[in-house]
Amino acid sequence: MNTVPGFRVISLPRNTTVRVHRRSATIVLTLVVLALFVLMLTVATGAYEITGNDLVATFLGGGSDMDQFIVLRQRLPRAVADLLVGAALGLSGAIFQSISRNPLGSPDVVGFATGSASGGLIVILLVGASSVASIAVGTIAGGFATALFVYLLSSGGGKVSERLILTGIAVGAMLASVNDYLITRATLDDAETAKAWQFGSLNIISWPHVIPLAVLLAVLVPLTLTMSGPMRVLEMGDDSAHALGVEVGKTRVWLLCAGVALAAAAVATSGPIGFLAMAAPQLARKVSRSPGISLLPSMAMGALLLGAGDPLAARALSPFQIPVGLVTAALGGLYLLWILTWRKG
Amino acid sequence: MRRALTPLTGLLGLGLIVLLVMTSVAIGSRPIPMSDVWQGIWHRDRSTESIIIWELRMPRTLLALTVGAALGIAGAVMQALTRNPLAEPGILGVNAGAAFAVVVAIAGLGITSFTGYVWFACAGAALASTLVWAVNQRAARSLDSAGNAQTRLLLAGVALSACLGACTGIITMFDQDAFDSYRFWVVGSLANRDESILMAFLPFAAAGLLVAGLLGSSLNALALGDDVASSLGVRVALIRVLCFAVLTLLCGAATAAAGPIAFVGLVVPHVARLIAGPDQRSILALALIIGPALVLAADIIGRVIARPGEIEAGIVTAFIGAPVLLRLVLTQVRSAR
Repeated sequence: MNTVPGFRVISLPRNTTVRVHRRSATIVLTLVVLALFVLMLTVATGAYEITGNDLVATFLGGGSDMDQFIVLRQRLPRAVADLLVGAALGLSGAIFQSISRNPLGSPDVVGFATGSASGGLIVILLVGASSVASIAVGTIAGGFATALFVYLLSSGGGKVSERLILTGIAVGAMLASVNDYLITRATLDDAETAKAWQFGSLNIISWPHVIPLAVLLAVLVPLTLTMSGPMRVLEMGDDSAHALGVEVGKTRVWLLCAGVALAAAAVATSGPIGFLAMAAPQLARKVSRSPGISLLPSMAMGALLLGAGDPLAARALSPFQIPVGLVTAALGGLYLLWILTWRKG
Repeated sequence: MRRALTPLTGLLGLGLIVLLVMTSVAIGSRPIPMSDVWQGIWHRDRSTESIIIWELRMPRTLLALTVGAALGIAGAVMQALTRNPLAEPGILGVNAGAAFAVVVAIAGLGITSFTGYVWFACAGAALASTLVWAVNQRAARSLDSAGNAQTRLLLAGVALSACLGACTGIITMFDQDAFDSYRFWVVGSLANRDESILMAFLPFAAAGLLVAGLLGSSLNALALGDDVASSLGVRVALIRVLCFAVLTLLCGAATAAAGPIAFVGLVVPHVARLIAGPDQRSILALALIIGPALVLAADIIGRVIARPGEIEAGIVTAFIGAPVLLRLVLTQVRSAR
């Protein structure tokens, strides 16, 4: 294989090779290290003070009951959840942006996240169940139903990405008013719960919330990464991809399913975190200067953004905790405006 | 086919509105027969019917009519100004701007009277519409295809709405009481609005509608492009400023009065265009009939289908309007291909 500037070819067994974008690889490594550093910082600091020695002791199974409780059952699950949710959203955004060949085709812009939220709200408010599993069922069903609806409507012809985005916006606008309606129907207590969830917050996260997401990610991430080759080819257009031997329809459906599942799982854990899925792949692409959307950097960027953003949002006005989803929505909205206004072409 | 606004269309429209007003007055937790409605409207006395009609249902009905007119006209002006058939104050974030300013006024400054926060709403609407318009101008300049520019404007609106909505959300998080009234206000409701709000809202609506009425022929020229318009003797910059004034007055005041009601400004000009063709003067005139009819009908539907409760007018208009948006989007993209 020819050498391409900026890439490194790594030989694998069975006569296969992988081309690695050098800068991207460095960036992924840096982002992961940063994310882990943020994780440690989040666990070690906070309103409850704990010394370094006690911290180490706690992790090794010692320490007082209070230390154990605060560190292992309060801070650690939340910090881990931050990283996992961020990674899931970053990956999901990368998939959607690649399929729609457009930075704006991410799940939160095209209404999938709103649909997931509708599903979750229906479960919380109408069914009256607020356990993790039932909310997850709601968000995943809502996300898939919305995705199917938008995808079917937009698959008629014309430019795929444009249709997908505009249809998604219209469907999202409709679902947003459904969500508002559901909230007015509830009692104030239920509405407060639903609101805290709908705004995207990791305030009440505990291990039972984190485990299902971790399991799902463990399955979906390797699956998605194996599809990154065909995904790249698909970016060149349906005809070219077909000519190069990619099963266009099948690949796209699988990628869409993985993307929706990832977004829905994240929404189930934390509620919708606005615009993270849109921003993470774009920022990752900017930093790594890679030619297209790439999965691993987007994932690492998502994890870092939420891993750092959540503690900041939660502690900036302590003891009042701002839901991180609102902060990302406000910043992400500005970022989107900036993309629209100043990005060329 | 040459379509134009005929006196017959106008008469039919007015008849429809009278019918809707009577229905709106008749329907409620205590239904009033149509014959008594007629009697009660014309003979105001101390009878129970008359009190119900004049103190409870009439203010609400009149408010629905005025808000509908304001939003319908605002939508028509906005579509003419941006030359974009998908433009709408709700989707483009103008109402969200007004809503944000109102929440700031209520939570931050403790202003609770309509006459106090309506100014904030207008300022918010002005800011948001200017911002969206600036984005639109840049997008139009930097892009080749018209379809792309339309998408961009819509996306800018989504981004702005999301941003402002999140800021509003942060503020309402602080205050449970504010949230409790906010969640009912944000969906766009006409319930529990008394006569004083109607009276305070009327001057804003009247001023906005008056200015919009004078703009019709200039907007026709503007539809041909800025250059052609100015060569026809239209002062483009002045007309734009006036359009913004209209949007500010109408969207701001309507949002302050009834909450951010979406999609009215999208649907109304399209229906008007279907009936009367592309002349902005006819569109504006028809919007004065269709807008009020739509909002009042939405309010009546919301009161009827979920008895004994009610569904807010803004939610009903969203369910009417979102499919219209969907249809427009799908045909737009097909034709832009």
